[in-house]
Amino acid sequence: MGVRLGVLALQGDVSEHILGFERALRVMGEADWAVIPVRKPGDLEGLHGLAIPGGESTTISRLIGKNGLFEPLAGFEGGIFATCAGMVLVADRVDDPRVKPLGLIDMAVQRNAFGRQRESFEADISVRGLGRPYRAYFIRAPVATETGRGVEVLAKIDAGVVAVRKGKHMALSFHPELGNDPGIHVMFLEHLFTGK
Amino acid sequence: MKLEELRFGTELLKRGFASMQKGGVIMDVVNAEQARIAEDAGAVAVMALERVPADIRKAGGVARMADPAIILEIMDAVSIPVMAKVRIGHFVEAQILESLGVDMIDESEVLTPADEEYHIDKKAFSVPFVCGARDLGEALRRIHEGAAMIRTKGEAGTGNVVEAVRHMRNIMGEIRALQGKTPQEITSRARELEAPPDLLLETVKMGRLPVVNFSAGGIATPADAALMMQMGADGVFVGSGIFHSGNPEKMARAIVEAVNHYDDPKVIAEVSRGLGQPMKGIDVHTLREDEVLQYRGC
Repeated sequence: MGVRLGVLALQGDVSEHILGFERALRVMGEADWAVIPVRKPGDLEGLHGLAIPGGESTTISRLIGKNGLFEPLAGFEGGIFATCAGMVLVADRVDDPRVKPLGLIDMAVQRNAFGRQRESFEADISVRGLGRPYRAYFIRAPVATETGRGVEVLAKIDAGVVAVRKGKHMALSFHPELGNDPGIHVMFLEHLFTGK
Repeated sequence: MKLEELRFGTELLKRGFASMQKGGVIMDVVNAEQARIAEDAGAVAVMALERVPADIRKAGGVARMADPAIILEIMDAVSIPVMAKVRIGHFVEAQILESLGVDMIDESEVLTPADEEYHIDKKAFSVPFVCGARDLGEALRRIHEGAAMIRTKGEAGTGNVVEAVRHMRNIMGEIRALQGKTPQEITSRARELEAPPDLLLETVKMGRLPVVNFSAGGIATPADAALMMQMGADGVFVGSGIFHSGNPEKMARAIVEAVNHYDDPKVIAEVSRGLGQPMKGIDVHTLREDEVLQYRGC
């Protein structure tokens, strides 16, 4: 059986995430794979990995509840690749009662930590394990204000922690799916396939 | 680590912001209370206004940018993005909204145009813009000026979806009609559409607009919203349709769910039950020519 990946398709930049996974799989030379949108619990069956995209975390959280996806996502056994709103959703503690976090990664996350859209920025950051500067796009981005034991910090800037890994899961404040560099996707998938 | 060379307001950040709105509902609100209702219902953003389009129609006179006090009150009330409208071509109103920290500016035909020749040079701003369009040529002219997002114009404040449907068909139909044409044929069509040729070539290659494309102007029910999604919209703006309905909270939640499940009639049926009175609406054919907003700024 080949690689099966999904993208949570309730709201946000879903198609960008599908393309991001597809591009990384091609770069890695994988032959047998599928990337599917996930809208209901049954779609999660047999998936090795799932992206939770950027979007509005309050909206996505509400739709997770409405679609009966909270328990299935909280108990998902594959790896989760969470960006921006996704990072807020996989956290354990969030500074907004409208978001019901999935509790997959032991960390506290602050929404819109940099401010509004005018504070959105792009910059080269260093990501542990990547070995070169990485162009990161922060759009009304969150940061992790605390991380628990066993949570590996992959990138940190002055404002706080912006990339973490816990087991098979990876959570990022920024948007690797918007740029052209597949590096972070490849890192996530290699770790998912080999555990390294 | 220290970050060197932070860059703000780039094209990618502007279009990226618009991408985060996809699959969502952006709701018109006129005060903090409405903004909170919209946020709790699952809106991805709110449009801060002094009056919703149906009331702008009623009031008549010159419609301008909202009072900054109203916009700031709404920005304080919610954590989701806040958008606001400026008159077509009124770049000083846009400068004011940018200075307030509004997340996206709608250069809108709903307000009285300030310039009948030129739209705002949107590339000169770091805040992203959304603009209305009735057809592909208009959409590409706005993107060329720097719009990070397009919406159908429809006919705002009517509660009548017919014009939004017409504009979405115009845009998507033209893109479909150009599939399989040679670059030379596409370039020739670009001249007829008064669209930049390179943008038209890119659009045909992608099979869709190169920026996020929402629908707006007359969406009044969950079924209207799902209709626009099935026709290819990336999301919807709902103006007067929510707070001019009998039960705004219920209507807002129903439209959010209808957009999420736009291709599942059972869910749309379920959320449409017992919604109360939708906004009354206007037959577009009864409008006088000077009352039709979509002809402004082409």
